[in-house]
Amino acid sequence: MDSAVSGSRIGYLPDRDQVLMKMLVAGPFGVGKTTLIRTLSEIPTLHTEEVMTETGAPVDDVAGLPDKTTTTVAVDFGRLTLPGEVVLYLFGTPGQRRFFPLWQDIARGALGALVLADTRRLAESFEIMDMVEEQGLPYAVAVNCFPDAPAHSAEVLRGHLDLHPDTPLVLCDARDRATSVEALIALAEHVLHSLPSLPQEQR
Amino acid sequence: MTAVPPRRRMVPAYLATGGRSRPSRTAFDRLTLLHSASPDPPQGLEAEHRRLWELLRPGALTLVEAAAHLRLPVSATNFLAADLVDAGGLQARSPIPRAQQIDRTLVERLLDGLRSLR
Ligand SMILES: Nc1nc2c(ncn2[C@@H]2O[C@H](COP(=O)(O)OP(=O)(O)OP(=O)(O)O)[C@@H](O)[C@H]2O)c(=O)[nH]1
Ligand SMILES: [Mg+2]
Repeated sequence: MDSAVSGSRIGYLPDRDQVLMKMLVAGPFGVGKTTLIRTLSEIPTLHTEEVMTETGAPVDDVAGLPDKTTTTVAVDFGRLTLPGEVVLYLFGTPGQRRFFPLWQDIARGALGALVLADTRRLAESFEIMDMVEEQGLPYAVAVNCFPDAPAHSAEVLRGHLDLHPDTPLVLCDARDRATSVEALIALAEHVLHSLPSLPQEQR
Repeated sequence: MTAVPPRRRMVPAYLATGGRSRPSRTAFDRLTLLHSASPDPPQGLEAEHRRLWELLRPGALTLVEAAAHLRLPVSATNFLAADLVDAGGLQARSPIPRAQQIDRTLVERLLDGLRSLR
């Protein structure tokens, strides 16, 4: 039996004219990326094993796999079908600089990134914020509120994170659907504001 | 024995080549939508191609979902899918149909959809 491919657990997409879009959920180790994706996804979260060299370059063929200079990184993702024939994919992406090339590969074509932060270790989100900015992706910061973490006002957090005044900051609980949806809305609104107001062909 | 018409041998590129010499193939997006294009599998599929074709027999999936279900890297699944498209067994559609760009209209649609979840 091949359980990986069998049965009704595979969530096929209706074969219509949906628009498929992608957003990244990024942040440091253990900040709640997978939890947020699981909270929002209509399918059980899936993951791919991405092969990289130790220097962080994605390996686009695995023929040389026995070579010890490659490592495997799991990238998890989920899917959210919305009214209006839109299907949004959320990709959890690692926050370490050494994964930057893999990260760029996944980021290609993404609308924007939700950067997760934990008030106990805000500075650990700086690295990923730098990477997102280098990539030119619009982003919003969602502070994942763990119960035992110190609570701060949004102004204080903005200051600590050194956010640009236009960058949205939201508080969320990655286990809670309503606040996670609000985080995505804040990001989508920011993406809309960052797009040129005229279609390109009219320039 | 009956004569078999010549056809391209479909060996998974990631298994068959040392890498550098593999022919250039369509690089799909992770969200390229793949679906079956034939009621029966193309003749003579290698096992890995066959698994992908069988996975997509009941319905459509994105490249990245197919990779996850097959437990293969996205790049390897890309090669299999490109072969199957060449062989007429699969169709591939870009994430945004009709060559639209991500523009304000599409992001507004996304926003409306997200707000409807409130
Ligand atoms: N209390 C609380 N716990 C949370 C919340 N979000 C995540 N957790 C817990 O924190 C731990 C890490 O969460 P993950 O979602 O696995 O974090 P991640 O960012 O995917 O971690 P890595 O993939 O390992 O980098 C898990 O045990 C979660 O149950 C939250 O909002 N509140
Ligand atoms: Mg995770």
